[in-house]
Amino acid sequence: MSDFTIQQREGSDGVSVIDLKGYLDAHTATQLEHTFQSLLNDKRYKIVVNCKDLTYISSAGLGVFMAYIEDVRKNNGDIKLTNMTPKVYNVFDMLGFPVLYEIYKDEAEALATFRLKRNS
Amino acid sequence: MASKKTRTIKSRTEDLHELRQFIGAAAREYGFPNDEASKIVLAVDEACTNVIQHAYQGDPDKEIRVSIRTGKGAFEVVIEDKGRSFNPLAITTPDLKQHLRQHRRGGLGVHLMKTLMDEVEYSLTPGKKNVVRLTKYLPQNR
Repeated sequence: MSDFTIQQREGSDGVSVIDLKGYLDAHTATQLEHTFQSLLNDKRYKIVVNCKDLTYISSAGLGVFMAYIEDVRKNNGDIKLTNMTPKVYNVFDMLGFPVLYEIYKDEAEALATFRLKRNS
Repeated sequence: MASKKTRTIKSRTEDLHELRQFIGAAAREYGFPNDEASKIVLAVDEACTNVIQHAYQGDPDKEIRVSIRTGKGAFEVVIEDKGRSFNPLAITTPDLKQHLRQHRRGGLGVHLMKTLMDEVEYSLTPGKKNVVRLTKYLPQNR
């Protein structure tokens, strides 16, 4: 069985932060789908996904981000990704994600961009 | 080919983790550095996920046979199933950016397989078996 956990916490300014840990594949992708779905149900559209402890991702995992990004952006929110290891970043990069998704080195940077948008 | 190892898994996603460990260990043992072994592992995961979702359409009790053959610097993974014939190579992703903009999730795994491996071949015999052959060469043999 793949080892994968999701922790959800409150960031600054009403941003939801999700910490991913372990292996995100076709088996565990549904857990992430449930997390996004419950955030959308609660009308929480500003989301930072911290990938510091994410050790593995396959296209099934990337597909989850694709499935929710449109709904989130339609509601003036965004899904921003942070703290990826080079191995995980390479997979996102091979599929062209950096063009369409905001990816930051660290979580504070991503939270700051949500603040900037609010003040602009 | 000089050496062969085989593993048969059930067509269920919870078996992917153990399969990845089997492939990763064999790739490192054959001489691939960690980052290259990880590429092989991901390509095999993508191929088997396609079999589970498309060939067997989510039926968890079918079998997928995965064999590793090595020799002359080549590491070949052969994935066989007896499900519905499906050739993902027929799906083209001419413009990945456009593909992502349209939120089309299908075809991403195939794009990864082709990017990660040196060779990807499908051999389909409808009603009998489907075979995917993924090959990567040791850096010094490319």
